[in-house]
Amino acid sequence: LSSPFSQSLRLVAPIGNRSTRGIHQLGGAVDPESSQKKRRTMLQYLSDHFYDVEFLRGYFLQNKMDKVHQKNRFRDKEWIRPDKYGHFSQEFWNFSEVPVEAVDASDCAINYEGLENLHLLKELQSLSLQRCPHMDDWCLSRLYPLADSLQELSLAGCPRISERGLACLHHLQNLRRLDISNLPSVSNPGLTQILVEEMLPNCKVVGVNLAEGLKLGPEEQPQDTDRPIPA
Amino acid sequence: MLPRVLSLGVRRGPLTRRPGTLRGGFSLGKVVDDRWYCGSGVRPTSGCVPFRTRNRAPHWQDSGSAWGRGYKYWEEKLSEIKKKIQSVLPGTSLHPLYDSSHLPPDHSDVVIVGGGVLGLSVAYWLKKLEKQRGALRVLVVERDLTYSQASSALSLGGIHQQFSLPENIHLSLFSASFLRNINEHLAVVDAPPLDLQFNPLGYLWLASEKDAAAMENNVKVQRQEGAKVCLMSPDQLRNKFPWINTEGVALASYGMEDEGWFDPWCLLQGLRRKVQSMGVLFCQGEVTRFVSSSDRMLTKNQKEVKLKRIYEVHVKMDNSVEYQPVECALVINAAGAWSAQIAALAGIGKGPPDTLQGTKLPVEPRKRYVYVWHCPQGPGLESPLVADTSGTYFRREGLGSNYLGGRSPTEEEEPDPENLEVDHDFFQDKVWPHLAQRVPAFETLKVQNAWAGYYDYNTFDQNGVVGPHPLVVNMFFATGFSGHGLQQAPGVGRAVAEMILEGRFQTINLDSFLFSRFYLGEKIQEDNII
Repeated sequence: LSSPFSQSLRLVAPIGNRSTRGIHQLGGAVDPESSQKKRRTMLQYLSDHFYDVEFLRGYFLQNKMDKVHQKNRFRDKEWIRPDKYGHFSQEFWNFSEVPVEAVDASDCAINYEGLENLHLLKELQSLSLQRCPHMDDWCLSRLYPLADSLQELSLAGCPRISERGLACLHHLQNLRRLDISNLPSVSNPGLTQILVEEMLPNCKVVGVNLAEGLKLGPEEQPQDTDRPIPA
Repeated sequence: MLPRVLSLGVRRGPLTRRPGTLRGGFSLGKVVDDRWYCGSGVRPTSGCVPFRTRNRAPHWQDSGSAWGRGYKYWEEKLSEIKKKIQSVLPGTSLHPLYDSSHLPPDHSDVVIVGGGVLGLSVAYWLKKLEKQRGALRVLVVERDLTYSQASSALSLGGIHQQFSLPENIHLSLFSASFLRNINEHLAVVDAPPLDLQFNPLGYLWLASEKDAAAMENNVKVQRQEGAKVCLMSPDQLRNKFPWINTEGVALASYGMEDEGWFDPWCLLQGLRRKVQSMGVLFCQGEVTRFVSSSDRMLTKNQKEVKLKRIYEVHVKMDNSVEYQPVECALVINAAGAWSAQIAALAGIGKGPPDTLQGTKLPVEPRKRYVYVWHCPQGPGLESPLVADTSGTYFRREGLGSNYLGGRSPTEEEEPDPENLEVDHDFFQDKVWPHLAQRVPAFETLKVQNAWAGYYDYNTFDQNGVVGPHPLVVNMFFATGFSGHGLQQAPGVGRAVAEMILEGRFQTINLDSFLFSRFYLGEKIQEDNII
């Protein structure tokens, strides 16, 4: 998004700094044209000599800055979240051309039909579907249109996903990080992790402790009956 | 008939006739069956085996003579008394001296011959779409409730939408959405949800040079009808699946969504459970006879045609001569590989050849082998069901490098469908070379297991037969799907149920699958059959 105010935003000090010293410099930055020099010097002269003019100038400039900040309040922010009522702000609609980079749908009741909506996000890089109760193998077979851009996928804690659904993630060749921890329906987590790693060679697959089946619990430690003092 | 009239004449008259000697009634023992019947012409066994009688008087007894009137009067009286007793003691049989709980009921609105996945699917949709709860009484007659030879249980369980006929594509799409929401369709109170073990990895069809154009056309049709299929060149194939040897492959079509394989036994048991909870009765028995009445009608061109209506189905119990005549309004032939026998019992195909009466149901059992082998270096977890140019197919099974596969034999190599014995030489000579050629890793493999199953093979055009027969007006077919019956069962079941309840196909139009195409010679050939 190239905003006409982008240049000014970089130069603008953080909101709340209303020092008068800054205003003269700001004034110069906002109107860089030299044809306005005469007017500027007139204004400058007036504000130097009259506190009211100075104050008014500061007031109008501050209003302009507030409007610009309000318009750009989603920029450079980490996540767009719903408010306490669960609603997303209506301003969000103004950003319909902005590509969505990441979607966090954890604990959402998203299902097979709902995943169709994700197909429109052509530049989605990170998708988190942790603990979604309705995500199953059929749903995973719907993720292939995101293959070009998706780099991070998290399926931790989904109760209905099994190794058969994980197999159809092989379309996502750009995936760099895949989280498959806590999948109760996967029959053999260690073996599945190995096979998935083989399937997606450029991807880091996390979530399964490969030594799970191998480590003995404390009560199963081999008892050495000859030792007088227990380990 | 003559001896009976004579014996009646010998007695003194209607007023002195004792009820006990009348036809039927409460006595055990011989019952003479003297209705007009068309069919095999063999009189039913009438030894000292007790069986139920019919309440309806034969139509020829409507004579004006004193004998006829009196006889009918007693018949009616008896049936009234029987009904009164039945209403007083609901659920108990009229013969308290022996147990008849294994027998099917006396009457049933619909009798479904064959309890495989197609028959159960028809039963499910009939009960689901009936206008009022309990409006239809449905009976499913299955010869072998262990399903030891049933095609549904022995199937590989694949589902795909890559057909050349739009109707087949729609049927598969419908079935896929049915299977996806199977726990909403087949939910039974207090029963655990079904786990179909669906594997959504898709089908990969390989085409050689000469089939490439046809495949492209087919994919266009499939995309139009809504299937998500993508075409791949040999280079793309090698990129995606490095274990394939693309020699001889010009084009490949890969199904991306709604395609894969699942556990057919789970579907069968789920349907059975649900259908039983909806009130469908099951009976283990074999259908040995259809009793039908016929009517002679004139067509528009003043030609005479004989229309038949089956009103009774004789269901014979296992290992005994005992049978139960079930009065019915509709018969559904879902007997799979043995549908032709059932059709022949109804008189379909008995007539001069090249006429509608003489057109047989062209479904016959064909034996197909499935082999299971282990190959440690084989294709990885992402391998789809690969159908080779030579007709060989294989898919991965589970996490442990096991693979299932086989090949459809050519017409000359067709094995004898007498039994389900497996021919291991077939694998050595006909399947393995093609497998090894297509996937070099399969040069070293070890066969673990093998089994054989029947295809209900339609020798006419390898597509299913759905809908009523033109002459036997109350027999409906749901058979002949030649290897893709399991994946189309939900759709076909719904189509037959709609045909019965509404009179026409509503969801998917299967008019081209009717029986009459065998007589008219209109083949609807399906190319993508394995």
